[in-house]
Amino acid sequence: MTEEIIIKEAPEQEISINMGPQHPSTHGVLRLVLSLKGEMVQKVEPHCGYIHRGIEKMTESMTYQQIIHLTDRLDYLSAHMNNAAVCLAVEKALDIEVPERVKVIRTIIEELARIASHQLWWCSFGMDLGGLTCFFYGLRDREKILDIFEETTGSRLIQSYNCPGGLMADLHPDFQRKVKEFIVYFRKLLPEYDELLSGNIIMMERSKGIGVMTKEQAISYGMTGPSGRGSGFSCDVRKHHPYHAYDKVKFNEVLRTEGDTYARYMVRIDEMRESMNIIEQLIDNIPAGDFAVKMKPIIKLPEGEYYQRVEAARGEFGIYIISKGEKYPYRMKFRSPNFSNLSALDALTRGHKIADLVAIGGSLDYVIPDIDR
Amino acid sequence: MPFTFSIYDFTGFTQWIDATLRGACSPFWAVLWEMVIVGVLFLAFYAVVGLYLVYAERKVCAFIQNRVGPNRVGPYGFFQTIADLIKLLMKEIISIREADKLLFNLAPFIVIVTSFLALAAIPFAKGLHPIDLNIGVFYVMAISSMGVVGILLAGWSSNSKYSLLGAMRSGAQIISYELSVGMALVTMCVLAGSLQLSVIVEQQRDLWFIFKGHFPAVTAFIIYMIAATAETNRGPFDLAEAESELAAGFHTEYSGIKFAFFFLAEYMNMFIVASLAATVFLGGWMPFHIPGLESFNHVMDFIPPVLWYIGKTAFIILLMMWFKWTFPRLRIDQLLNLEWKFLLPISLVNILIMAFIVLMGWYIGL
Amino acid sequence: MREIINYFKSIFFALKSLWTGMKVTGSYFFRPWTIITQQYPENRKTLKMFERTKGELVMPHNDKNEHQCTACGICQMNCPNGTIAITSLSIETPDGKKKKALDKYIYNLGMCTFCGLCVKVCPSDAIVFSNKFEHAVFNKNKLVKTLNKEGSTLKKGVE
Repeated sequence: MTEEIIIKEAPEQEISINMGPQHPSTHGVLRLVLSLKGEMVQKVEPHCGYIHRGIEKMTESMTYQQIIHLTDRLDYLSAHMNNAAVCLAVEKALDIEVPERVKVIRTIIEELARIASHQLWWCSFGMDLGGLTCFFYGLRDREKILDIFEETTGSRLIQSYNCPGGLMADLHPDFQRKVKEFIVYFRKLLPEYDELLSGNIIMMERSKGIGVMTKEQAISYGMTGPSGRGSGFSCDVRKHHPYHAYDKVKFNEVLRTEGDTYARYMVRIDEMRESMNIIEQLIDNIPAGDFAVKMKPIIKLPEGEYYQRVEAARGEFGIYIISKGEKYPYRMKFRSPNFSNLSALDALTRGHKIADLVAIGGSLDYVIPDIDR
Repeated sequence: MPFTFSIYDFTGFTQWIDATLRGACSPFWAVLWEMVIVGVLFLAFYAVVGLYLVYAERKVCAFIQNRVGPNRVGPYGFFQTIADLIKLLMKEIISIREADKLLFNLAPFIVIVTSFLALAAIPFAKGLHPIDLNIGVFYVMAISSMGVVGILLAGWSSNSKYSLLGAMRSGAQIISYELSVGMALVTMCVLAGSLQLSVIVEQQRDLWFIFKGHFPAVTAFIIYMIAATAETNRGPFDLAEAESELAAGFHTEYSGIKFAFFFLAEYMNMFIVASLAATVFLGGWMPFHIPGLESFNHVMDFIPPVLWYIGKTAFIILLMMWFKWTFPRLRIDQLLNLEWKFLLPISLVNILIMAFIVLMGWYIGL
Repeated sequence: MREIINYFKSIFFALKSLWTGMKVTGSYFFRPWTIITQQYPENRKTLKMFERTKGELVMPHNDKNEHQCTACGICQMNCPNGTIAITSLSIETPDGKKKKALDKYIYNLGMCTFCGLCVKVCPSDAIVFSNKFEHAVFNKNKLVKTLNKEGSTLKKGVE
């Protein structure tokens, strides 16, 4: 009796891999469930919630001054922008006009925070691609900004420098000098970033044409910030709905139309230059005056709904307050840019390799506490 | 045989040991004793070089990255890697329940043994050459390419998806880059006319091969450097580890001393490819000579050959570290593209050019 | 022919871009004096924090062991996390009036988020942030601190 040998082609199996919550390149406790065919990513399913702290619920039992320090802990790299969003919302609701000095200082510090955030992004993007040296160069330069922050605000990362009606403290006398020094220093070192990473053939090969997102897709996913602008979606809140002193300064909205990883990369690099331009225009003309408006100790917003958006380092940060006329908000909702940007990850990475997933994730620059809140 | 010892020529010294041993006991025991001596020496050498290459890499990368690097254990952190080794020795060796036990335990040994074997054929100095095989280049190539078996086994037997992906990448990578390493070395063997490492070194007495063979030799050197970096799984070709993609690649599931084996083997492989490059391209232990400048050559001869050898190897290792800490990592398809579309065709043409130059006698030198 | 030229052009461009990157890292390798790393425990004596650095909350006492806290509790109300707990007792002033006085100012460093609201709202400037930042302890109970010193009294003139 002869055995009939049936050669069956092995079915192409999809394997599923857990990337995270502890993985070096998910930038925190993000969990991605990948379906792989060999090295090709078939599907990415982000699982959020590993660092959910219920900040939106917590705000319902806090006064508006107290809420500020919680917004620091959303997107900790653009803490100052998040603070400003709450302050602007409260000021708008109470119809308070803050002094010019406050506006200018807020603008300068926001731009510094944006540069610091983009530097850290550059660090981690370089590391995601496997070039560890970028990480240390970026951190070295970010240190200068953090020192400036520490001198004026007292903290390095989560400053809580804003308060409704103005600022917690006046500028440190050394602030202007140090910022000017930093601008000179960083203008000299930014070309090094380009030499080391932007112009590198390996980096170009790995990012050009990878993770392409069209403008229509970007709009439908709600991708904002540098990620959206890399696809040609003009979404700069600073330009379209100016707040602070942004209507008084000249700056370009950095736009690129390619929509790939390299475009998102270059938008951020160019934004650092634009931020330095903004700071240079303002740093010598900080008007004299009070650093805060005298506010009542207990702030009660009139009954109603308020929305304020600002341009955080990663995109449009929105804050939505429903007030019932009490000292606590009735309900508060944060529109975090990272959450919308993350939603596009699946569409961006389908059909690419794992290495591309890491690069695309790096170019989206997500901060997990902002996603989970 | 009288006792002679010279830092410039170890032949007398090794022959004296041989003669003394043979005079004291039967040939069988004499050979056995020699094997034991060489083995113990190599073990010590292996440990010292492995540990201090790790230290060197940490210092080099620290300086490149504008920081200080290890500086707490001992002066300038000189004993840092020894402390690390002790830590690794004391760590728990985690055994994976679903892993293939035998292969899982075997894999680190395969990796470390292959890197150990290749050391035997390397000429360290004049007379300090354990085995002078007449196919030395081929032997080193063949042995060092066996390391991939260990990496594949490690990835496969760990029963982890990350490890498997890393191992498969490593397999594809090493099998293709072996070709380029071989081609680059063949180019030089065409110039030397021999595969014996001692002959190759001896032929560079008047001028090192990289200068002697001028254009094709330099091309071969660049190709060898790229391919050797890839073959040792070092950045920018560290796809098998790829810590930002695969956590730690093929050795994700290893811990303690087994992990240290992989770690040491990586650095020893780097040492071996560097010393091979130093021997074939830069003249091994041969001092730098320029034909015609007798007084200059004489000054160069005063530097002991061991120092020449160590200096050249250190230079190549520094070059490889410089690569690693500058470039981002390639993707697997780009890696294979680089090999099959660029390195291999160029090195094939390069061999032709080299053969032509050798036939016509257009190389520099006497 | 064009393809061959492009082929070699791409190789040349790639090598050039790699060399540009290597120049940057190589230049740092040979310039170790640009290292900015601070050797922290060794430089402790010379290390100077910025004066506004929020290290921990302290209550300054003058040389007569007097503080400025009136135990009004505004800081406690403003603290978002319940870091501050004030216990007061009522004492009788020499002219026979009953008055609230500070008994214990308990500050839980482990819960503090350094938002700075307490210092900002304090009407009598009784508390400030100090620069001390070395907070590591083995037991988290040690992070609960009583800020007013033993036997301290309210400074005269502070209401």
